[in-house]
Amino acid sequence: MFEWVTEFPKGIYLDIKKPIDQAIEYMMNNWGAFFDGISMFLRQILLWVQTVINSIPWWLMILAVLIGAWRATRNPLRALMYAAMLFFIGLIGLWSLMYTTLSIIITSVFISLVLGFPLGILISFSDRFGRFVRPILDTMQTMPSFVYLIPAVMLLGLGNVPAVIATVIYSMPPMVRMTNLGIRSVDREIVEASKAFGATRWQLLVKALIPQAMPTIMAGVNQTIMMAIAMVVTSSMIGARGLGSEVLTGINRLESGRGFAAGIAIVIMAVLIDRLTQGAYNKKEM
Amino acid sequence: MTPDTIQAMVETKDIILSVRNLTMMFGRKKQQAAQLRAEQKSKEEILKETGVTLAVDNISFDVERGKIHTLIGLSGSGKSTVVRCLNLLLTPTKGKILFEGKDIQTFNAQQLLNYRRKNVSMVFQSFGLLTHRNVLDNVAYGLEIRGVKKKDRIDRAMEMIEMVNLKGWENKSIDSLSGGMRQRVGIARALANNPDILLMDEPFSALDPLVRQDMQFELLSIQEKLNKTVVFITHDINEAFKLGNTISIMRDGRIVQTDVPEEMTSNPADEYVSDFINSADKAQVYQVKSFMQTPSCLVSLQDGANTALALMRIHNVSSAYVVDNKMNFVGVLPLDAAFQVREGKLSFKEALVNDTPTAKQDMQISDLIPIASQSRFPIAVLNDDGKFVGIISKAAILTSLK
Repeated sequence: MFEWVTEFPKGIYLDIKKPIDQAIEYMMNNWGAFFDGISMFLRQILLWVQTVINSIPWWLMILAVLIGAWRATRNPLRALMYAAMLFFIGLIGLWSLMYTTLSIIITSVFISLVLGFPLGILISFSDRFGRFVRPILDTMQTMPSFVYLIPAVMLLGLGNVPAVIATVIYSMPPMVRMTNLGIRSVDREIVEASKAFGATRWQLLVKALIPQAMPTIMAGVNQTIMMAIAMVVTSSMIGARGLGSEVLTGINRLESGRGFAAGIAIVIMAVLIDRLTQGAYNKKEM
Repeated sequence: MTPDTIQAMVETKDIILSVRNLTMMFGRKKQQAAQLRAEQKSKEEILKETGVTLAVDNISFDVERGKIHTLIGLSGSGKSTVVRCLNLLLTPTKGKILFEGKDIQTFNAQQLLNYRRKNVSMVFQSFGLLTHRNVLDNVAYGLEIRGVKKKDRIDRAMEMIEMVNLKGWENKSIDSLSGGMRQRVGIARALANNPDILLMDEPFSALDPLVRQDMQFELLSIQEKLNKTVVFITHDINEAFKLGNTISIMRDGRIVQTDVPEEMTSNPADEYVSDFINSADKAQVYQVKSFMQTPSCLVSLQDGANTALALMRIHNVSSAYVVDNKMNFVGVLPLDAAFQVREGKLSFKEALVNDTPTAKQDMQISDLIPIASQSRFPIAVLNDDGKFVGIISKAAILTSLK
């Protein structure tokens, strides 16, 4: 009689699975054109990025990393090491897969920045809007990504496009948060000074707030890139090609060597991108 | 002051800015707070009952064109709030602010921008400089906001940089400057707009005492040159008396007394004011050392006339101060005499004017007036051991006595 004290009562049950399924089915049936549009748009960007990346010969890429790392670290030995690491990816036969992965990452990061930066600015201006957006960002970051991979496939099909969307969902929040944080922590007197000289809101934003917040914003960009790289393997489960799918094949066929080779290539990519973008951001701070 | 006397002042003087019954409350229940205020409740009681901070409580004052008006009070007395109302960085809860007779709260958005761009500029306690820009671009900031062409704003900014003695630093980053230099940038930035009124919110409080004295002196000399109206906020009574043509003492959001310094000293409105004034080391305010400068042209006996001439040419002055190797003051070398030395007509020692008057650094400035009127040169200032420590110009003596 009192078993509801020790166990959750069996009599009450709320079914949220069915309405969610129905909602997604509804979207598939009725908003098809909309999702096709998104899909087409993303495919177009992706294609463009891929074309640009693929047109870069391997030696030019290595040279660019060498020069970039040199300028970022001012340490010729480290620059050489980074170039050698990149060469190693080609050496183990993963160069073209690496290019595919790089294209997906660049596209995702680009979209994350284009959406996240203005959103962060909006939040920094309005507490109310911030209170509304913050739980959404929390959900985006903590919801296991497999969960939204399923509807992404249903709505957008298999391949690189849903992978980009899943990656954007996962990697955009730090950009929004860091932009907001950076702008909010600009010195009060700098804001007052700008206003006191008769700056419009736009001038205040462009000439004072954004430049002053730049170090924090760049840290957000760096985090976004790292999160995007972290999604590479996960998104291969919905058909994204590249190094991630190589790892997945390794798992499916129990080929440790194949998995590790691709894994190492991902690690190298992450390290190189991180160092190079951080170098760019530290220089700005000086 | 009663409203009548204020009215009388308006009629006789050129008032550029007047503040009328300005009240500023922070909090939600402002109506209720106003009610309590009408019942003569204190600031603390209002805060306790309604959660409203009564920062500024029904104050009025006038600022005369071309004069320095200082607002002085302890921290929390509401003085920084008042100055932020003057360019509407804060919107007053009640009251009017009249700029040349126009109520600035009736300005539309564009008029307010123009008012801020052309009529008032502000200098901040912790400078408020844009650290991502160099000195030049900081000084040109206000002009850039206004849409002045690049070439023109750079010319104007360079002029201002020169005026605050930062020439040669225009391409340096803000981080590489000392506190005093940063505030010079802040002042140059404010002056670049050529505003009618300069609002200065404790501009020198973050600087160390020696630099502060330099900056006070520099402000006075700039003011003399440009004849700007200044509203100067400070918590330092010495600074208030040194700079202010008129002074308002604030306490708990109210103005206790507004007056010229001499009146305030001789007729303090109440005990609070007289205590406040007595806390000032009055003697020190008027001591010679507060107003002296380092001479740009100081040579030692061994240097000879050619060095002196070179220095005079660089600094564009017509006399050099000569000391021996122990910093004892020997005399003044005027430009014409220096030329005669070079031509061999006089020896270096003969050329020196050594009967020029000197002053002790802790002398009262008023004692210098008879000497100053006779001396051809700025007066050399010596310390107790007779060592040379600086010079004091006639202009400095006069500005100290206004």
